[in-house]
Amino acid sequence: MTPAGHFFSYYDILLLGRGFLTTLALALIGCLAGCAAGFAAAILRTTHSRTPAPVRAALIAYCMLFRRVPFLVTLMLVFFAIQSMNANLSTFAVALISIFLISTAYLSEIARGGLESVHENQWQAARAMNFTHWQTLRLVVVPQAWRVILPPAFGFFVMFIKDTALASQIGVMELTSAGKVLGNKGLSAALVYGTILLLYFLMSYPLSRFGKRVEGKLAAARNH
Amino acid sequence: MPLLEITDVKASYGSHMVLEHINLHVDKGEVVSLIGPSGSGKSTLLRLIVGLLPLAGGSVRLNGGIVDYASKAAVRALRSDIAIVFQQYNLFQNMTVIDNVTIAPTKIKRRPRTEVEPYALELLARVGLSHRLNSYPSELSGGQQQRVAIARALALRPKILLLDEITAALDPELVSEVLGTIRELSSDGITMLIVSHEMSFVREVSSRVVFMAEGRIVEAGAPRQIFDAPLQARTREFVGKILRH
Repeated sequence: MTPAGHFFSYYDILLLGRGFLTTLALALIGCLAGCAAGFAAAILRTTHSRTPAPVRAALIAYCMLFRRVPFLVTLMLVFFAIQSMNANLSTFAVALISIFLISTAYLSEIARGGLESVHENQWQAARAMNFTHWQTLRLVVVPQAWRVILPPAFGFFVMFIKDTALASQIGVMELTSAGKVLGNKGLSAALVYGTILLLYFLMSYPLSRFGKRVEGKLAAARNH
Repeated sequence: MPLLEITDVKASYGSHMVLEHINLHVDKGEVVSLIGPSGSGKSTLLRLIVGLLPLAGGSVRLNGGIVDYASKAAVRALRSDIAIVFQQYNLFQNMTVIDNVTIAPTKIKRRPRTEVEPYALELLARVGLSHRLNSYPSELSGGQQQRVAIARALALRPKILLLDEITAALDPELVSEVLGTIRELSSDGITMLIVSHEMSFVREVSSRVVFMAEGRIVEAGAPRQIFDAPLQARTREFVGKILRH
């Protein structure tokens, strides 16, 4: 037992490092995959005529539902669903799937808002010049929608890094779990949770800085 | 054979008929202007011609062939012959002036940039915007944006240019620069179908003027007939009101 007042041992630092990387991986992979899927869902919802109505209705219902369920509940649902299927998945994979489900719903809604913020007359002009639906999206609408999509998307990422802490509830050894383990070992709570606070900050601060820079660049590309 | 021939065209919003019994033709090199009170269906007719609104009856012929608006290929072919300029300019906000003008010819019509760009530069020079090639629409005045929109439409090398109230959204002092551009185009022999409320301009550039009211064509004829000696009482009333202002 390490008595209180001692500093981290080599293995403690290793544990924290692994926790840090696990949290980062959960947030990064989950949100990026969710970003891709959410964007795809938003695009599908712009194709009024081509996507069958049931598919669109399912997408809308999915987004409505998963944005209103607490992350912990989604996590438990996925955990028990996978257990009941007897699938041998790691808790990390369970957490990743849950994050993906939630981030897809959020980002699809954010992306939809961005796409809809582009004025209808842009679609009309493109249509009159023989742009296809996809050409209009790619050349005209998406380049304008980014400016509206990115700020809330980065906001969501930063918020979600914090929410990954809930994965500790199903036994994923991420940053918060690592903190608990070290706390139980008898290290000072101030030291352990101070370090954890710092590590969470180290993850989200560069991300929000990066978000601000990208937003600045996009704004500059339009109004310089 | 007229370049564009509209026969007994109807249009409706739901059960409400907005156009009825529209018969109109535009010959090559003609400038035909549609005038009439707001809500008389002039803009609806232009939108219908380019397939932005559905036809409820009648037919549109381009170069003698009936346009089948249900066929994507036919509508594409139609839109490569007819260009439209909108009241709100509708320039692509994410593109510079030069990109707005070259995008459709290069990316949609897939013509080589080496051929498209000199023509785009020539058109932009013609509308007096050579010095704003790399500006974004938000940096331009309404009049400048509308002139870019005209250049963008011309870059498609259309057989007919449709102008949908292109000066209606402009401040009065910017109207003349846009009308000046159209005046030049008309003297170059470009075929145009114009919706406008600028009566002295219409009178000056039109080969024929068509007066519409309540979704029907009331009277059509030479500008002198419509403005100086209208045959119909409804035309007389409208022209009288407009000219007195």
